Amino acid sequence: MNAVASAPAGVLDVAQQSAETTQFRAQDWFAVLRQQGWHTFQSLPMPTRDNEKWRFSDARSLSLDGYAPTAAPTAAQAADLIARSRLISDAAGLIVHVDGHCVLKPTLSAELVAQGVVFESLEDAVRTRPALLQEHLLKHPVLLGSDKFAALHRAWLRAGYVLHVPKGVEVKQPFVAVTWTLTDGVAIFPHALIIAGERAKADLHDFHLSAKADQRALAISAVDIHAGTGSQVRRLAVQAWGSATQSFQIDNTCGGRDALISSVNAAVGSRRARLENCVRIDGEGADVRLYGISVATGEQEFDQRTLQIHAAGHAKSDLLFKNALLGKARTIFSGLIKVAPDAQRTDAYQTNRNLLLSPDAEADSLPGLEIEANDVKCSHGATTGQIDPAELFYLRARGIPLAVAQELLAQGFLEEVLAKVGHEEAAAAVREMLRLKFHQA
Amino acid sequence: MAEIDESQAQREAIEVDRSKGDFKYEENYTFDAGVGLSAATVDYIAKVKGEEEWIREFRQKSLKIFQDMPMPTHWATTDLENIKFEDIRYYLSKGQKPVRTWEEVPDDVKKTFERLGIPESERKFLAGVEAQFDSEAVYSRMKEELEKLGVIFCGPTEGLRDHPEIFRKWFGKVIPIGDNKFSALNSAVFSGGSFIYIPKGVKVAQPLQAYFRINAENFGQFERTLIIADEGAEVTYMEGCTAPKFETATLHSAVVELVALKGAKIQYITVQNWSANVFNLVTKRGVAEEDAEVRWIDCNIGSRLTMKYPGVVLRGKRARGEVLSIALANDGQHQDTGAKMIHAADDTTSNIIAKSISVGEGRSTYRGLVHIPKTLSNCRNNTECDALLINEHSRTDTYPAISVRGRKNSVQHEASVSKVSAEQIFYMMQRGLSEGEAMSLAVNGFVNDLVKEFPMEYSVELKRLIELQMEGSVG
Repeated sequence: MNAVASAPAGVLDVAQQSAETTQFRAQDWFAVLRQQGWHTFQSLPMPTRDNEKWRFSDARSLSLDGYAPTAAPTAAQAADLIARSRLISDAAGLIVHVDGHCVLKPTLSAELVAQGVVFESLEDAVRTRPALLQEHLLKHPVLLGSDKFAALHRAWLRAGYVLHVPKGVEVKQPFVAVTWTLTDGVAIFPHALIIAGERAKADLHDFHLSAKADQRALAISAVDIHAGTGSQVRRLAVQAWGSATQSFQIDNTCGGRDALISSVNAAVGSRRARLENCVRIDGEGADVRLYGISVATGEQEFDQRTLQIHAAGHAKSDLLFKNALLGKARTIFSGLIKVAPDAQRTDAYQTNRNLLLSPDAEADSLPGLEIEANDVKCSHGATTGQIDPAELFYLRARGIPLAVAQELLAQGFLEEVLAKVGHEEAAAAVREMLRLKFHQA
Repeated sequence: MAEIDESQAQREAIEVDRSKGDFKYEENYTFDAGVGLSAATVDYIAKVKGEEEWIREFRQKSLKIFQDMPMPTHWATTDLENIKFEDIRYYLSKGQKPVRTWEEVPDDVKKTFERLGIPESERKFLAGVEAQFDSEAVYSRMKEELEKLGVIFCGPTEGLRDHPEIFRKWFGKVIPIGDNKFSALNSAVFSGGSFIYIPKGVKVAQPLQAYFRINAENFGQFERTLIIADEGAEVTYMEGCTAPKFETATLHSAVVELVALKGAKIQYITVQNWSANVFNLVTKRGVAEEDAEVRWIDCNIGSRLTMKYPGVVLRGKRARGEVLSIALANDGQHQDTGAKMIHAADDTTSNIIAKSISVGEGRSTYRGLVHIPKTLSNCRNNTECDALLINEHSRTDTYPAISVRGRKNSVQHEASVSKVSAEQIFYMMQRGLSEGEAMSLAVNGFVNDLVKEFPMEYSVELKRLIELQMEGSVG
């Protein structure tokens, strides 16, 4: 299974990239999109630390060498990972990818199919729904610094899925997508395109997992969410790649009038993981909630960059990112609220809380505001500190050992965000992952 | 500013004549380094000032660094590109030594300062006055008891020449030449400013004060200030600025270094009210040793672009740093201000409170840095920045950077943006205030708890300046 991984140039090999592109000979537009991605990738420099969008990041150690796409897993490997993908019992549909190959296509209920709901692999959708994809795929600009990685994602675009919930359709059960890495040195570029029509409702759970704990991989994922007028889109994204993985997540959302959008990003795995979450509010009355949660251990670097753009007035956005840090871990939170000149009556908030559980951990915070309208309520807050000694004393006075007391308080700190997941089984799965991290640290 | 000709009567009624900063007298400068900047300009300045060789070398080295450094436009506003360094005069002086008595001051200079009200404020309660007319101090006096205590209050040329054993040790050490492009520029062409030394244990009860003025078109003013408070000493220094209006942009780029040795306290107060064509690019930093305290009170009302982030390096245990900042940005103005707190010892604390008001199309920006490295414990920082937006197209930005490691360190940062509530305005108008008066009152209320920290004379003037800026902002 690891024959291809040793290819000399891997993701940087133009021959390999264009060979894959030729598979889309019949889908002209898609082949062009991939080619454009390749050209953009080559024209852009690697980010450096003096770029403000990469401030505090360890940009010097970024490397794309030694990663390559691999062949599909064996049937036995796929079956094993599919079995491990059944995390949510009431899923409306489950799609599973391994090393960038779709190994389980979703089966939707007859009712959902009749309502016109689409949940299928990107590769299938490229062939069967060119119009829908050409309208929505990769239409958002990349504003938060990972232009080069987004271009590489575009150049290798193939894996991923499309979820389309048409006008007026409300789906109560979550759609679940589980994306695995299996081969060491694999490069994957999963894409999620989510389109919610007018008054549509969709919940989505994305799990990014590795077959083994110390998996080495490069994952550049991107998400495009189009939330139509009055729609409700709720997403949980769990990044739990193996500990030798470099991860980039480039998430873009645009919300129309009265849209309700909520996302919870949980960061557990990877050696370094960068999340760029950009939400653009285009319609009045929209309500956006962005949550982040992480337990960073060892020498992990979690780099979180968020942007809340209020292009329309009378809308609300609220952000809360909480990080617990152990070992020599580092988290960077850089958030910006942008209120356009005519977006009056905006309510926008942003909070970052970091809990330092080790003297060698480092939490960097860059909370920003750019406000060009005056009739607004905007605020941000950032705190970094330790466990409150009074709380610790309270627990210890009741006979709870120090280590247990610290863990309980740290979990209590994170619980505020877990409560926002809105799905008990999914929240429990994340809670368990975070708990294990405390124990392994 | 633009509304100079309007409502003269009203302005007189509140006793602040804005046009006081709007006059100039004929220029007949004895020493003029000409326009533009080169190694020859720098040598000329060093020669005119009769400086020792090491200072000349320091200037030349700084010039080289200035020329090599790029403009910081990758994070700062591109308005910086509008500074035409080749059109600026870098040195200008009456060629006078600072004089002792009022009688010796030339008449036209006297007239300038009388209009600024300096002699009066001196008579009232100022311990010493160091008034700067363009590059050189023309008037310098201190109360006799301060001299007896051993307090030194002079310009940089005199300081480095007469007291090298005190000043040379710290000169350019708090803010190294290459700290940023503009500190390098200042280091190359500095002239004027205050060098102050407060001996051990001396507590100067009354504030020391200096007024700065720019009085020649296209003339950059590059004053250099170094204040050293020896162990247990205390001092408050006040700096206030007004500048005449000119049609082309003027550059003001100061370097201010403060050194608070063990247990010392330094408070540095600035009211900046340059006219709206001035680029005000200033580097201010203090070092606080064990148990020492450095406090910056910084108020920016004027200028076209101000970039100023007073900082404190907390170098000794239990040192304390504070920045209180008020910024008001009107049409055509950008107040890019903030604070830096570099914790470098255990048990250090810092506090930043910044309030900004954006009027019309004005833009105010807060930029902050809080740094606590991993070797430290028990450090604390509190930062609050609040912005008030008055008009529909007023703009505000907040860009703090906070980096924390170590044991038992904690930081908290809060920022908010809001406008004056319609209910407040309605309430006051119901009671007979005009909308403008109501707005002005609300804005003064917004900054009131900071203004209270200023010495009385300044807080009164500040309130009036804010009232003036608020005129015509509504309706």
